[in-house]
Amino acid sequence: MALLELNDLHVALEDGTEIVKGVDLRVDTDEVHAIMGPNGSGKSTLAYALMGHPAYEVTGGQILLDGEDITELEADERAQRGLFLAFQYPHAVPGVTVTNFMRQAINSIRKAKAGGVDDPISVKEFRTQMLEAMDRLKVPRELAQRYLNEGFSGGEKKRVEILQMAMLRPRIAILDETDSGLDIDALRIVAGGVQELVGPEMGALVITHYQRILNYIQPDFVHVFVDGRIVADGGKELAQRLEEEGYEAFVPSGSATGGEA
Amino acid sequence: MASTETEIVQGIGSDYEVKYGFSVPEDYFFKSGRGLSHELVDAISSHKDEPDWMRKFRHKSLDYFLARPMPRWGADLSGIDFENIYYYIRPTEKQADKWEDLPADIKDTWDKLGIPEAEKKYLAGVGAQYESEVVYHKLQADLEAKGVIFLDMDSGLREHEDLVRQYFGTIIPQNDNKFAALNSAVWSGGSFIYVPPGVRIEMPLQAYFRINAENMGQFERTLIIVDEDAYVHYVEGCTAPIYSSDSLHSAVVEIVVKPRGRCRYTTIQNWSNNVYNLVTKRAVAYEGATMEWVDGNLGSKVTMKYPAIWLLGERAHGEVLSIAFAGKGQHQDAGGKAVHAAPNTSSVITSKSISKNGGRAGYRGLLEVGKGAKGARSKVVCDALILDEESRSDTYPYMRIDENEVDIGHEATVSKIGEEQLFYLMSRGLSEAEAAAMIVSGFVEPVTKELPLEYAVELNRLIQLQMEGSVG
Repeated sequence: MALLELNDLHVALEDGTEIVKGVDLRVDTDEVHAIMGPNGSGKSTLAYALMGHPAYEVTGGQILLDGEDITELEADERAQRGLFLAFQYPHAVPGVTVTNFMRQAINSIRKAKAGGVDDPISVKEFRTQMLEAMDRLKVPRELAQRYLNEGFSGGEKKRVEILQMAMLRPRIAILDETDSGLDIDALRIVAGGVQELVGPEMGALVITHYQRILNYIQPDFVHVFVDGRIVADGGKELAQRLEEEGYEAFVPSGSATGGEA
Repeated sequence: MASTETEIVQGIGSDYEVKYGFSVPEDYFFKSGRGLSHELVDAISSHKDEPDWMRKFRHKSLDYFLARPMPRWGADLSGIDFENIYYYIRPTEKQADKWEDLPADIKDTWDKLGIPEAEKKYLAGVGAQYESEVVYHKLQADLEAKGVIFLDMDSGLREHEDLVRQYFGTIIPQNDNKFAALNSAVWSGGSFIYVPPGVRIEMPLQAYFRINAENMGQFERTLIIVDEDAYVHYVEGCTAPIYSSDSLHSAVVEIVVKPRGRCRYTTIQNWSNNVYNLVTKRAVAYEGATMEWVDGNLGSKVTMKYPAIWLLGERAHGEVLSIAFAGKGQHQDAGGKAVHAAPNTSSVITSKSISKNGGRAGYRGLLEVGKGAKGARSKVVCDALILDEESRSDTYPYMRIDENEVDIGHEATVSKIGEEQLFYLMSRGLSEAEAAAMIVSGFVEPVTKELPLEYAVELNRLIQLQMEGSVG
């Protein structure tokens, strides 16, 4: 039994339009999976649906985490069980500093783990962890007292997403287009941060349009995602082939328009 | 920080009823009958052994009150039954300057509210008003030695009659509005503060107002005089038990800030949801002086309050920072007024209102620039956050500008908590209520960051309480 299992997962928008059309996937700890697909293929919808976004409805199939069916759980309950999504476009929360937000998130998860009883992290422990993670991910110290994502550059937002991942220590991390908006230096740092966390405690699902990030995060498995489905599976050589041949080669004839949905 | 954090966490999950909404048995030195009359005014004045001018002032004020119609604007006040209110309750015969000297029930109340503990930790002086009288009062000895006066208003009148008479009712005339007239007729308690020239009081002075009896009317009266180059920060808090019938709180606060002086007046209003809170607050600021109102309104059934600043001297500066939080059955009609009557004066009004569960919160403000107030600058920012479809926010920003050489800015925003923002926070493990509370505390952060840490924590905790179970 894999840690995260998607069984014939179907996801639709509120108006009923089906976007994800039957996905089977197994992700375990110590594994990096890459989902690669063209724009509009439904990759981000899949990421949101896995995290429990209320605007995306699972219309068929199920999501299992450690054998538990989490398909009907709210986003916070999924996070408390060890799921994490690094957002493509993280939202600003004016008036809430990165530090306060981080502490609240950690305490919410600790509370859930303690069966609903408050179990706040000590100030000293929190501070040590936070500073250590910020230094490792080269997040400037001043960002800690800034309001979450407010006025952040694209690179700062992505680094803070990875900082959150490092602090929350999820078991499965989903990274949605984390490479977009990053220059090479930032990409190297962010990818290094992910790579470091992948191991016996965590597996990762990297969702991306380009193969670029995969130069820095070595995928164990690559899945080509077109029109709401995984159309090819392979190792990292598949990413290379995609880069050379483009997605066209993977589009089954007749389904490019998505007319069968 | 550690204790702060623990306090926040402990606050979550408790509720108003347990923390503030309790009442204790009445065992009072004197309790008037219900209703309002000239006989009652006489009784109050006699109890206080007042000079004749004050007795006359009260009677005349009552006439003004009776003659004036109820205000027809703002909140719905038709539920107030003036004949059902107790206007004067004297809980103890004498004021204490040791908490131990208070009757057990009253002392327990203050202990539960945490006032003696706060006094030890971070206050320069405390006045604790219970029903109509200030039952406990104390100022640090070194401040007394510097000539600072911090007394309840009744003692102020007894001990400093000339100073009181010089200012009392001059900033807010007795006929200013119906509720100022009512207060002028039946006032009791409140604070009298005088800060001598050049004296800066670094720690806040605090007054705490507690209603215990059902159908109580509390009418404290405060007068603060900050002399040249002096500084004081005065903080008031207020709570009451939850009753099924209404109580009335109607205060008058007058403040004079002399040249280059500075006064900050912070209110954390947390009345129970059966209290009508109708308060008149006004300050005058002379040359180079600064007046700041920090006004947090979380409780009450209805609040109408618009702290005002008259900028009378050149380069005087005024600020109003206001938070109004309206939940189920609440109407917070809050705001601020700035009147520029001298050149190069400046003002900033920042209003943050939050409404949820059918509550109604609004900003009502007046900005006035008189002829000749050249170089006046003012900025008004009103932001409203509406948490659900049943709730409501109103903005009434009135302006009267009679001078051309001015710089006036006004911004207003109305926002709702977005699904995307909630989802983002929830994806990090915060429950929906925690996520919403976090967005709200971020929204009010421009105001809370102005508060001393202890009060910022208190305000955030109260907001958390208001948010409990409010979403989803």
